[in-house]
Amino acid sequence: MSVPLHGIIAEFETAEQLLEAAHRARQAGYTQMDAYSPFPVHGLAEAIGFEDHKVPWTVFWAGVVGAIAGFSMQYYISVVDYPLNVGGRPLLSWPAFIPVTFETTVLFAAFGAFIGMLAFNGLPRPHHPIFNAPRFERASQDRFFLCIEATDPLFDRAKTRHFLESLGARMVSEVEE
Amino acid sequence: MQQQITQVEPRGGLIEGRHTYETITQKIASVVLGYRHPMAWYVVTAIAAVFVFILISSIAWLLIRGLGIWGINQPIGWGFAIINFVWWIGIGHAGTLISAILLLLRQQWRTSINRFAEAMTIFAVMCAGMFPLLHIGRPWVAYWLLPIPNWTGAWPQFRSPLIWDVFAVTTYFTVSLLFWFTGLIPDFATLRDRAKKRIAQVIYGVLAMGWRNSAKHWHRYESAYLLLAGLSTPLVVSVHSIVSLDFAVSMLPGWHTTIFPPYFVAGAIYSGFAMVLTLVIPIRALYKMQDFVTMKHLDWMAKVMLATGLIVVYGYLMEMFIAWYSANPYEGYMVKNRFTGPYAPYFWALLFCNAVVPQVLWSPKVRQNVALLFVISLIVNVGMWLERFIIVVTSLHRDFLPASWGMYYPTIWDWALFLGTIGFFTFMMFLFVRFVPMIAIFEMRDLLHRTDEHHTEKRGTAATPVAQAEVKA
Repeated sequence: MSVPLHGIIAEFETAEQLLEAAHRARQAGYTQMDAYSPFPVHGLAEAIGFEDHKVPWTVFWAGVVGAIAGFSMQYYISVVDYPLNVGGRPLLSWPAFIPVTFETTVLFAAFGAFIGMLAFNGLPRPHHPIFNAPRFERASQDRFFLCIEATDPLFDRAKTRHFLESLGARMVSEVEE
Repeated sequence: MQQQITQVEPRGGLIEGRHTYETITQKIASVVLGYRHPMAWYVVTAIAAVFVFILISSIAWLLIRGLGIWGINQPIGWGFAIINFVWWIGIGHAGTLISAILLLLRQQWRTSINRFAEAMTIFAVMCAGMFPLLHIGRPWVAYWLLPIPNWTGAWPQFRSPLIWDVFAVTTYFTVSLLFWFTGLIPDFATLRDRAKKRIAQVIYGVLAMGWRNSAKHWHRYESAYLLLAGLSTPLVVSVHSIVSLDFAVSMLPGWHTTIFPPYFVAGAIYSGFAMVLTLVIPIRALYKMQDFVTMKHLDWMAKVMLATGLIVVYGYLMEMFIAWYSANPYEGYMVKNRFTGPYAPYFWALLFCNAVVPQVLWSPKVRQNVALLFVISLIVNVGMWLERFIIVVTSLHRDFLPASWGMYYPTIWDWALFLGTIGFFTFMMFLFVRFVPMIAIFEMRDLLHRTDEHHTEKRGTAATPVAQAEVKA
């Protein structure tokens, strides 16, 4: 037996062909696949059956934590640890605390978006088997790829290859693990 | 290049010439990966580097001798430091407006200028941040501004707008940097894949962090990017509002007005668009990017400048109206002092630069004249600097008691520091153009795809009305 495979990859020339191919692969019953395109193609994630709302929720909860952290920091400093009586005004002068609370909310939420996006995408990751695919450097430039992965229950070296070729791919090749 | 904007243009005039994904990628990436640079790049960078040395020297002399080398005194304690701080931070705001607000409004013309404008934001905020840090007199204890437990046992006063400012500016800088870097990740991947030299492959490879253009990556990426834009939009409004509260919360005539937050935000966008034009016009010519930063872009930027300029003029008129309507003698004197006092020439120059000159932008012929636009953008930059000068100096130098009146004269060290930051800004912008793709490549490919005629025809009704509206506009 030769080297284990990561999957079989097909190269397309346009975003429309890739979308079409992804739909057809889903219809054929494949579930474990990924598509690669030099810019975000709308509907592509849905076409390969991928949906994920972890990033927005991370941003939301990071924002909530930021708001609570910002406000309670000001509360602790201005009311508990360093109370300053300015003309008898209340120590918990909460309207004055809103600007800083707003800024910490945005700051935490922005880190949530940045770190969340990277973490859920498994980045930074210096290497990945997909980079073994021939001509894969074009995926960040002008070509569109669809890879059916070896973990797919329907994956069969010959049949999957034949299927991808039938989709009108420019080139089909095996990706080594 | 003198195209009539009324005629029907392919791609809504946003991309000119015949382009494919490959030619767009090649054109933008080759500026970074190519090894030949225009002579002008070396000349400008070298001159800017001289000013960076001037900046470093003037900071060093300031640290040795103290704030006495500046022209600040009693009653004008703020002087150049605060004028320049507000000027720089305002310039930065156009970057966020272009990248975040125009993204939320689905304005496709933001695509070829957003990267550039965001870089401008980051460097402008760096310049802005230097001034308050140096103005506090002892920058080595600047950490007292942050809520860090320290040996004095004292904490920041959270009821003061100056502390809000610390949080607003640091958050703004951090979020702008995150937003900018997020936008760069896919382009770093492109550079990694195109680079021929090992060193470039490694550096851009590390920066791309293993980005592989997967649909799953893009899915999360787009939601993160959109959310960052949604967060930056209120943030940018909050930052300049808080900057204006530094003034408005005090009791001085001319500062204590409720119009300050919106008027400052409009002024910030106004000066920021002027600075984008000032930078984009020469660099577009230098690197022959006319296909991507088209006359349409310049035209629209000029229109935004005109619109925000009118809001600023409204702010001036309201200040004068309220001074009269409030019947407050100090407010009335402040306006009279601006009109006829010792700083009156600066005030009239400000009105000329900010209110009179930009009115020529009503004419489409002027907006199509690149050289004229460049000159107008410079005039607006000067005008907005004068505006901050007038706001800071005229209110401070003659307030309630004539016994405490004074005059403010900047010294050579004030000018050295100010010109030094302009040099630093130019230096950083030119390094940015050299080492980072100045236009978001993946977004340009996306724009090409969206505006492709065959594509819109095939896709039917959904995309076509938008495309037609773009063409008509």
